[in-house]
Amino acid sequence: MPNTQRTPGVVQGRLPAGAYDQNFADMVAPLDPHEAAVAADRCYFCHDAPCTVACPTSIDVPLFIRQIATGTAEAAARTILSQNILGGMCARVCPTETLCEEACVREAAEGKPVEIGRLQRFATDTLMAKGVQPFTRAAPTGKRVAVVGAGPAGLAAAHRLAMLGHEVTLYDAREKAGGLNEYGIAAYKAVNDFAQAEVDWLLRIGGIAVKNGARLGRDLDLGTLRAEFDAVFLGIGLAGVNALRAEGEDKPGVRDAVEFIAELRQASDLAALPVGRNVVVIGGGMTAVDAAVQSKLLGAENVTIVYRRGEAEMGASAYERDHATSHGVRIVTHAAPLRVLGNGAVAEVEFAYTETGPEGLRLTDQTFRLAADQVFKAIGQTLAGVPEGLKLAGRKIAVSGPGRTSLKGVWAGGDCAAGGDDLTVTAVAEGRDAAMDIHAALKG
Amino acid sequence: MADLTSEFVGIKSPNPFWLASAPPTDKEYNVRRAFDAGWGGVVWKTLGEDGPPVVNVNGPRYGAIWGADRRLLGLNNIELITDRPLEVNLREIKQVKRDYPDRALVVSLMVPCQEDAWKAILPRIEETGADGIELNFGCPHGMAERGMGSAVGQVPEYIEMVTRWCKQNTRMPVIVKLTPNITNILYPAEAAKKGGADAVSLINTINSITSVDLDGFAPEPTIDGKGTHGGYCGPAVKPIALNMVAEIARHAGTADLPISGIGGVTTWRDAAEFLALGAGNVQVCTAAMTYGFKIVQEMISGLSDYLDAKQMALSDLVGRAVPNVTDWQYLNLNYVTKAQIDQDACIKCGRCYAACEDTSHQAIAMGEGRVFTVKDEECVACNLCVDVCPVEGCITMRKLEKGTVDPRTGQEVGDYANWTTHPNNPAAQAAQ
Repeated sequence: MPNTQRTPGVVQGRLPAGAYDQNFADMVAPLDPHEAAVAADRCYFCHDAPCTVACPTSIDVPLFIRQIATGTAEAAARTILSQNILGGMCARVCPTETLCEEACVREAAEGKPVEIGRLQRFATDTLMAKGVQPFTRAAPTGKRVAVVGAGPAGLAAAHRLAMLGHEVTLYDAREKAGGLNEYGIAAYKAVNDFAQAEVDWLLRIGGIAVKNGARLGRDLDLGTLRAEFDAVFLGIGLAGVNALRAEGEDKPGVRDAVEFIAELRQASDLAALPVGRNVVVIGGGMTAVDAAVQSKLLGAENVTIVYRRGEAEMGASAYERDHATSHGVRIVTHAAPLRVLGNGAVAEVEFAYTETGPEGLRLTDQTFRLAADQVFKAIGQTLAGVPEGLKLAGRKIAVSGPGRTSLKGVWAGGDCAAGGDDLTVTAVAEGRDAAMDIHAALKG
Repeated sequence: MADLTSEFVGIKSPNPFWLASAPPTDKEYNVRRAFDAGWGGVVWKTLGEDGPPVVNVNGPRYGAIWGADRRLLGLNNIELITDRPLEVNLREIKQVKRDYPDRALVVSLMVPCQEDAWKAILPRIEETGADGIELNFGCPHGMAERGMGSAVGQVPEYIEMVTRWCKQNTRMPVIVKLTPNITNILYPAEAAKKGGADAVSLINTINSITSVDLDGFAPEPTIDGKGTHGGYCGPAVKPIALNMVAEIARHAGTADLPISGIGGVTTWRDAAEFLALGAGNVQVCTAAMTYGFKIVQEMISGLSDYLDAKQMALSDLVGRAVPNVTDWQYLNLNYVTKAQIDQDACIKCGRCYAACEDTSHQAIAMGEGRVFTVKDEECVACNLCVDVCPVEGCITMRKLEKGTVDPRTGQEVGDYANWTTHPNNPAAQAAQ
């Protein structure tokens, strides 16, 4: 008998064969040329535009939208990409509802911002469909830069450095470049293997040698890199995962959400990917939402996100939360895990309700249990494998200005570096700005 | 429900909305649909003289400009007068008029500039029972090159001559349709009046090229790689038409000449504006060609509601704004206003600032938190900020009362005074 949504345990193939393609199709449909023209016409071409100010990469939004409106989407793409070389991915994954679109004056005027994200995707997709890399390299400088981590920060840094005439070696611990673009975001946000297509397109600038399977601390060490290269950029992300610190969290069925998301992204057949009937996701950020929604789309019957504080404190935006609840995910707030229960594999999770007092968050005596055959931990990632000698700020690499670390000749950006939100777009901005600073330093 | 019954040069119609002589009125089938939809009258598409009909191109005959969502803003055509046999048209006109006796049915005519040609066709129109004729002195393409249409309309003497021939040879009211492709609309209007015209209708279409094919390097619409100028119409031409109507309505020599207003009428509001500037009725074409005949229902309800709200009869509206159309030199130079921005309505787009700072008088300040305010000492009240603001009613003009000091000039606001007496005017008459 085939599995269904009600089959107990963690099993594969809960849905009819055709359902997977439908469930994991593009979350937001691309605009067609006419829709793009109409959407672009809504832009007021604001003076000193608030959307541009709100963009961590400072994309000239009114200009690129006007370029779309006048039928020159490729010019629009150049405007975008000159500020943000991963403008294609950012168009898909940026929380635009809390960045450019929140700042849009039409949001203030009528609660319906210009669809900046979708327009950006229209422009960048148009250019990328032509296979054109619109940037060329400056004359060779003879300088060599090591970029460690081929995520958004590393890719942005590598591209900018290559463009400026430097020779770049781009290292990454995993099999594929892309970082969280490849391994860390929900499949329906970047369909058709977009992350790899974007990396391939980006690398066409030339001058970037990619070395996969090279992990800092295992296959590489910072001292050697500093000796061999004129500069080093670290965009190593956050490789560690926080523990629940709840009894029984080592039981089978309890996993890191990031690992599940990565496995899902790399799966060639989603029907073969097992998922629980009752899934509990612990955490409140984008990772929690991505894990929860994708569990539901894989056929889990009941999916619950449990977060220890209130909705307002959740890292996931209102838009993301609505996305989750509209897919049937239940969100429980003000509850923290006490124990993972089960005779062998996980069967239940016991939570205590929380309340915020003068001394901070505390557990109340009121508890409840949720049935669970699969539990995803999404309570944040941590810096792991930091080379010695780098000063930290809190739990991240300390940087000053455009990504300068405490070590001479070493820059850092993206999630591993202190400051800024842990967003793709922020990582791109930090990688780009560090590259410009490296360039200035190398030119002497 | 206001009474919209209209009488124009003795021709009665249930409302003042007529379809202009154009493709929508070329055939019995279309005209019946128009009357069934509620149109008050129709000017039948221009008939030519008996004999082999004219021919049209067999490629595209219309070109257009659009807004982003394909809203049609302007249309251009290179279609000629009717390409159907005269006999067929006359038979259909007669039949339609018999079946719709309460509707206005006027026949547009264009025959060569010889009295015999007009003498030949006029009795045949009368025989159909049509209510009147409209002389097509306006078409700017095709026929003009054969000495008809705007080739007549651009020579006042010809207008007068042909109008006179018609008046001498028919009992029907004669409406002379004017071309806007001239320097001063008063000359053709006066000529029509001298010739005895019962009314003028205007505007006909404007010489135009709507766009250029940037791959084929040819004007559009393109016929086998070539294009030609066509007649422009639709919402984009309304301001030009309104001015020409107003000029005729306020000019002493033509003020008593009835006007049928044409040019971009799309809504009841457009129609009301033409009426207020002196048109006795309006003629519509592009709006019907864009949306179909049903639009007349909105025009009827809208004009009726407006008249009810104003407690006016249709005849009260006609010409109501004419006394307020004047020459620049009579405008009150002591009427001083300042822009003011409603901060609650402002959405902080900054377009007023960019427009004023870059292209006008640097009279808007941009403060902390994108707060835009008017600098009264710089504001010349040009209205550009009002025009570019995307929020209707957010920026308005505030009148400075008499006796207050204009911070820009340091002058007290005084009584009405215009250029004719201004000290800077070399031709000013000193008031002594």
